[in-house]
Amino acid sequence: MSSKKDPDVSKKPRSAFSRRGFLGGVGVGGGVLGSGLLSPVAEAAPASGPAAVPITLKINGKTQNLTLEPRVTLLDALRNHLDLTGAKRVCDRGTCGACTVILNGRVVYSCTVLAIDAQGKEIQTIEGIAPAGKLHPVSAAFVQHDAQQCGYCTPGFVMAAKGYLDRHAPKSIEDVEKGLGGNLCRCGTYVGVRQAVLEASREMKGGRNA
Amino acid sequence: MKWFDYAVPETVDEAAGMLAAHPRALLLAGGTDLLVQLRAGRKETDWVIDIKRVGELNELRYDAARGLTLGAAVPCYRIYQDRAVSQAYPALAEVASLIGGTQIQGRASIGGNLCNAAPSADAVPLLIAMRAQCRIAGPAGARQIAVEDFCTGPGRTVLGPGELLVSLHLPPPAPGSGARYLRFIPRNEMDIAVAGAGVEVVVENGTFRSARIALAAVAPTPLFVREAGDSLAGRPVNPESLAAAAGIARAAARPITDMRGTAEYRRHLCAVLTRRALEAAIQRARETR
Repeated sequence: MSSKKDPDVSKKPRSAFSRRGFLGGVGVGGGVLGSGLLSPVAEAAPASGPAAVPITLKINGKTQNLTLEPRVTLLDALRNHLDLTGAKRVCDRGTCGACTVILNGRVVYSCTVLAIDAQGKEIQTIEGIAPAGKLHPVSAAFVQHDAQQCGYCTPGFVMAAKGYLDRHAPKSIEDVEKGLGGNLCRCGTYVGVRQAVLEASREMKGGRNA
Repeated sequence: MKWFDYAVPETVDEAAGMLAAHPRALLLAGGTDLLVQLRAGRKETDWVIDIKRVGELNELRYDAARGLTLGAAVPCYRIYQDRAVSQAYPALAEVASLIGGTQIQGRASIGGNLCNAAPSADAVPLLIAMRAQCRIAGPAGARQIAVEDFCTGPGRTVLGPGELLVSLHLPPPAPGSGARYLRFIPRNEMDIAVAGAGVEVVVENGTFRSARIALAAVAPTPLFVREAGDSLAGRPVNPESLAAAAGIARAAARPITDMRGTAEYRRHLCAVLTRRALEAAIQRARETR
């Protein structure tokens, strides 16, 4: 499931230049369109794709130059093109949270963000939250509280918890539940997760590590 | 996901021009609905227009005299993080923190929730109750319509070829007003409403000056029940008035039976949620007076 590339390669895009956009521009330039329509300037704006185009992403502080089709999601860019497989492809429809990454300080589902749309933003993945050989306080608390079983949802939970704790200091289990409402665990490890996040919160001194 | 061209206009005119030139183009704001629908084959396009760089669609501005301007692409988190907006429109801030989980709220917009036109859209009944107006741009110029006239069916809106939603406008909160949206879901979050009720009341000396009530997930579109709110105008704030309005809301609902609940259960929820939302809005009106 997770290692599979996007299977829906139904039609091969022909060119990185948009033929439709080009013809549209020519049409306007030639004065074909009648009055009442919008200005030629509005028509001439270029489009990217549908074939692969250069895309630059800043991931965990490092600039990555890629060549991707505009339809490629950030999740697939990370997993299939950068070998950053910490974010998991589970539901692939913005529901389960296993693909959670942090985009400009906000937790997002990387399966519902286009890679091309993530350009110019600071992207943080599970691979980049702690120095090599060290555990982030959230990860350490997950180990301490046995907050995983199969572990497949865990990177998403850790990222969601980090993103939440960077901004909030939960006072109760209910706060934690609200903060992690966008993540699912099929093994049902929620009891450990809640405890881990509360402990990590004490470690992170409630939002001051932002 | 099928391939597509991706364009990033920077002005409303540019976006509308692209829409006119590519009638099958779809607009991308947060993408939390659109990308899922494209992947599932529920929508198809070869042109995606990312509208997040258009200034007017990112505007979030509150003015005590003129009310709120909410750009169609403003993500939910910006609403509940904005202190002035949250204080003036607490019910709107609540609904922005109710849609999806934090990951969704970091991307999804209220304008997108409206344009997606799901009967269960959480923000829409509240926008209707709060008298929101939609500003629409298109080839024939700008126009403005009331939000209750925006959705025409499941996934369908009044937007014509080349038209796009630019922003939503809320009037300044009236003195003695309070609003609230309540929904019923079997989970705590990340679920689609079985039914929902959005209300706004204006209360003066223990009497309703006016009220507006709208329902979620009990009709092909978010449902404005004008007569339920009108029944309260001039009536005293008491359980009998609330029960009568809740009864009218229940009678107006035209729900279907599906995996989330039976039609009868949804009708029952309409009455309960309407009454509770009214109670909460009245409480809020008293606190803010």
